[in-house]
Amino acid sequence: MLSKRIIACLDVRDGAVVKGINFEGLKRAGDPATLAARYNREGIDEVVILDVTATIEKRKALTETIQAVAREIFLPLCVGGGIRGEDHAEAAIDAGADKVGINTAALAQPELITALAKRYGSQAVIVAIDAKREDGHFKIYVRSGQQGTDHDAVEWARQAADRGAGEILLTSIDRDGTKQGFDCELTAAVSNAVPIPVIASGGAGTFDHFVDVFRTGRADAALAASIFHYAEHAVEDLKTHLHTHGVPVRLPRAERSAHADSID
Amino acid sequence: MIALLDYGAGNLTSVRKALAHLGAPVTTPPSAAQLADASGLVVPGVGHFEVTATLGPDWRDAILSYVSSGRPLLGICVGMQWLFDGSAEAPGHPGLGLIPGTCQLLTNDPESTPTGTISGDTGTTRFKVPHVGWNALHRQGESWLLDGINEGDQVYFTHSYAAPLTDRCVGSTCYGTEFAAAVEYGPVGGVQFHPEKSSDVGLKILRNFLCRVP
Repeated sequence: MLSKRIIACLDVRDGAVVKGINFEGLKRAGDPATLAARYNREGIDEVVILDVTATIEKRKALTETIQAVAREIFLPLCVGGGIRGEDHAEAAIDAGADKVGINTAALAQPELITALAKRYGSQAVIVAIDAKREDGHFKIYVRSGQQGTDHDAVEWARQAADRGAGEILLTSIDRDGTKQGFDCELTAAVSNAVPIPVIASGGAGTFDHFVDVFRTGRADAALAASIFHYAEHAVEDLKTHLHTHGVPVRLPRAERSAHADSID
Repeated sequence: MIALLDYGAGNLTSVRKALAHLGAPVTTPPSAAQLADASGLVVPGVGHFEVTATLGPDWRDAILSYVSSGRPLLGICVGMQWLFDGSAEAPGHPGLGLIPGTCQLLTNDPESTPTGTISGDTGTTRFKVPHVGWNALHRQGESWLLDGINEGDQVYFTHSYAAPLTDRCVGSTCYGTEFAAAVEYGPVGGVQFHPEKSSDVGLKILRNFLCRVP
């Protein structure tokens, strides 16, 4: 059975991870490559580098970050934040990204989705959607959640899939940073509407939140940042928790055999 | 020398990086004639089966001649599908025909394999194509490519079409239906998944291939 994916997000500014840098006992926790290597050892399924500066002059630092992370891990690597055109996507992919996440630019020029899908394949194109509840609908916000639009998240996800997106990265602005759990209603609405995988993001605070978003939210993958940064072995512990709750995940080899008798 | 075929089928950075990590730097031969010097050949590929048409008759001939000389080849994703007779994705473009069978679009056959239901789940989850993510390998007989790989070890997939189960299948995976995830034909191997993205399990499989290279 296809496993539900656990994805770690590295929010990177000027070459350093901006969350989790104060965690004691972790040397250079702010270094993206060090953190990515640790997650890989713990069994993370995928890594997203989100460039939170995303200004033109900082692009070179981003390229170096992508290269450094790609050297450490042999896992799918996605890069997002400030990708405005084919040239930005090309720079990220040439540096070692397997996928690029496009958000504001996809909404402004939907033909970019098709162009990138044609050039690199749909599997390389993730359309990121930031949604917020408004009057009983899920409205899209752009520019890092700063600017509202009239677009409906479910409808846009459907269009993005039609245009060639390979996956949807769906963030709940209402839940982001709250640790109150993923927005399962939003996730299920989008996941049921599109034929492509949906990555849920925003709100992870406990391991049970992940169980909920896979069960009720129908998510194909779930993304989080700080929950992994602050505790060592969090990825392993989360996967064990999911496994014991009947959610299919990729367990580390040793752990799989240890659990095989009790669960399956 | 290991040749990595670059025919515009997506990005080769990660395959090149993984092989270099294992101490096997690769070259991308600019012409078919240069395959004559290769001791190992990797045919990668993501995206549409049609991209294989980029490789004209000179490449086909050079690859078939390379294979008939008994040297090892590893096809990845579309590169693996190309080993077959063809794919329903691009019926006008024949494959290399080294392994009989035609690749088909993944479909959901609930009777053969339940997908997407997890305990405590209510209702059914939509069957999604492409098949993206980590899934288990089921060993099918002896294999040099999957040597040291345990039953149930997971690897990373991203594809919509899949190869049929034949006696060349050495590893299968279930998604909607059961399909060939790894195939072998003498020193020719193929994997539907991405070993270069499959962490330690994937690196082990690439190492197994490199062990075949003199």
